[in-house]
Amino acid sequence: MALTEQSPMSHPADTQILSAAARLAVAKRQQLQDKFFHALTLGFSLLVLIALMGILISLVINAWPSFQKFGVGFIWRVEWDIINEEFGAAIAIFGTVASACIALLIAVPLSFGIAVFLTETCPVALRRPLGTAIELLAAVPSIIYGMFGLFVFAPLFAEYGQPALQSTLGQMPIFSTLFGGAMNGIGILAAGIVLAFMILPFIAAVMRDVFEIVPPVLRESAYGIGCSTWEVVRNIVLPYTQKGVIGGVMLGLGRALGETMAVTFVIGNSQRLGTSLFSPGTSIASTLANEFGEADDFHLSTLFALGFLLFVITFVVLALAKWMMARTEKSKGAKT
Amino acid sequence: MDLNLYKRRRLTNQVGLTLSMLAMALGLFVLLWILFVLFKNGLQSIDWAMFTQSTPAPGSEGGGLANAIVGSLMMVGFTALVSTPIGILAGVYLAEYGDQSKTASVTRFMTDIMLSAPSIVLGLFVYAIWVAQVKHFSGWAGSMALSLIAIPVVVRTTENMLRLVPGSLREAAFALGAPRWKVATFITLRAAQTGVITGLLLALARISGETAPLLFTALNNQFFSLDMNAPMANLPVVIFQFAMSPYDNWVRLAWGGALLITLTVLFLNILARVLFRDKVQS
Repeated sequence: MALTEQSPMSHPADTQILSAAARLAVAKRQQLQDKFFHALTLGFSLLVLIALMGILISLVINAWPSFQKFGVGFIWRVEWDIINEEFGAAIAIFGTVASACIALLIAVPLSFGIAVFLTETCPVALRRPLGTAIELLAAVPSIIYGMFGLFVFAPLFAEYGQPALQSTLGQMPIFSTLFGGAMNGIGILAAGIVLAFMILPFIAAVMRDVFEIVPPVLRESAYGIGCSTWEVVRNIVLPYTQKGVIGGVMLGLGRALGETMAVTFVIGNSQRLGTSLFSPGTSIASTLANEFGEADDFHLSTLFALGFLLFVITFVVLALAKWMMARTEKSKGAKT
Repeated sequence: MDLNLYKRRRLTNQVGLTLSMLAMALGLFVLLWILFVLFKNGLQSIDWAMFTQSTPAPGSEGGGLANAIVGSLMMVGFTALVSTPIGILAGVYLAEYGDQSKTASVTRFMTDIMLSAPSIVLGLFVYAIWVAQVKHFSGWAGSMALSLIAIPVVVRTTENMLRLVPGSLREAAFALGAPRWKVATFITLRAAQTGVITGLLLALARISGETAPLLFTALNNQFFSLDMNAPMANLPVVIFQFAMSPYDNWVRLAWGGALLITLTVLFLNILARVLFRDKVQS
């Protein structure tokens, strides 16, 4: 019984001699506290789940009048007539998907390059500062990208970028309509370019992280049989990390689809379906940001329907992204 | 030896690596360009009046951003007060109790989705369940929308940081007879302190610049107001409205606000990184 042999000099609390019953009481009390703490933390972590469910349910309830009137056809209807209350999501969905795809086309090669540079060629001392700089690009608030896009990028794009595109790609048969029309700097293409630089850091960060989990022995054996750095990346690193890379790209896509402020500033906000990438359009998020303030009853319900569509689309894309990335880590038994 | 093949491989390698370096340079260039533009346009409007006067009425001269700065601070501050305990406790559950259980993995998955969910939809949600019910916009509603963004960030970083705490530390505490909740709060959470603070700072940085969820919740207020139950001015929405406006002094104020908010966000980010690096090295 160690407790009974305590020195009398020590703290009074330590010298208390506990009977078996008292000890049992302490154990019971602690068990109770433990249960309480367990329930408390569980409750808070379930809060996230409840919020997610709540979002879906509240969006559906508020969008119901609109769903009832238009049915599934809402997705491919082209009208957007606020006065006669005839609505369709096609224009907004087209703008959302088109700008996000343009963003991916630009951001994927760039982030691949950045990830390759950071993992293969960059001097070790510079890796951290340069990596941080790219991550800071992700930290810049989206409204700043919007202002930058509207006031700085769009005028330059109208003066140099668009004429250059029209005189090169615009001369080819298929691309002539895509790169035709008025050149005022804003539009779907401009939104896509601004979006590209917003999502680039997210994709680059995932790519860099998965490139780093490639076992050094694989890399070294490839170098050992005489591969060049580029060949190691193309034939060893990329196939090994395939799923993670795709996951990162999907993560970027999810971000691009739901981005609001940057797109609202530069997409032009027009409910028309243009054939040219130079023409102004609208995305789901920018329609919400622009029209929500003035909307009433049925219009409001339609905006909720758009919000629901956006949430479902991004949910599916992000879930696929997570699943892909989880599979890379599991199948490679990697520790990140 | 096929010299042509060798030359071609070398060329591909050089072209590939050069392009990757150019990609990196382009990324850096864009970051510096944005900062340069912000300083060029914003620095001139940062003066004493910006911090002391409220946003000007349409057409009137002068004015500042005092009401928006205070409104943003209040909403972000309240969001931090709410999401810190919720996020940390949820993170403790995922790392200490849930671990590999079904509930924990589903929660983890959903939290990851919430991390990247479109923030404007979160604004719609808060509008539907709160603003539309009480029939007026308010700072509380804005804070709630921001919390929905901040909590997932805190949850995931807390969990990841707790996982870095060596298991032997937990076992040592258990061996002394400590109950689980004491081990979680006094041992692992304390060991992971710096990491958790990093997560909090990152969450703060994330919500400081969020505009979309505030459009439908806090809206804006032209006047100075400390009432969280009324529409509340905040920097991002003021920047949005002023930047798109036809008044010169409004656009100037928008640039000043943009510079202020970017510097705050970047400072929080760098602070978080420096804190975490010191922790990892020590």
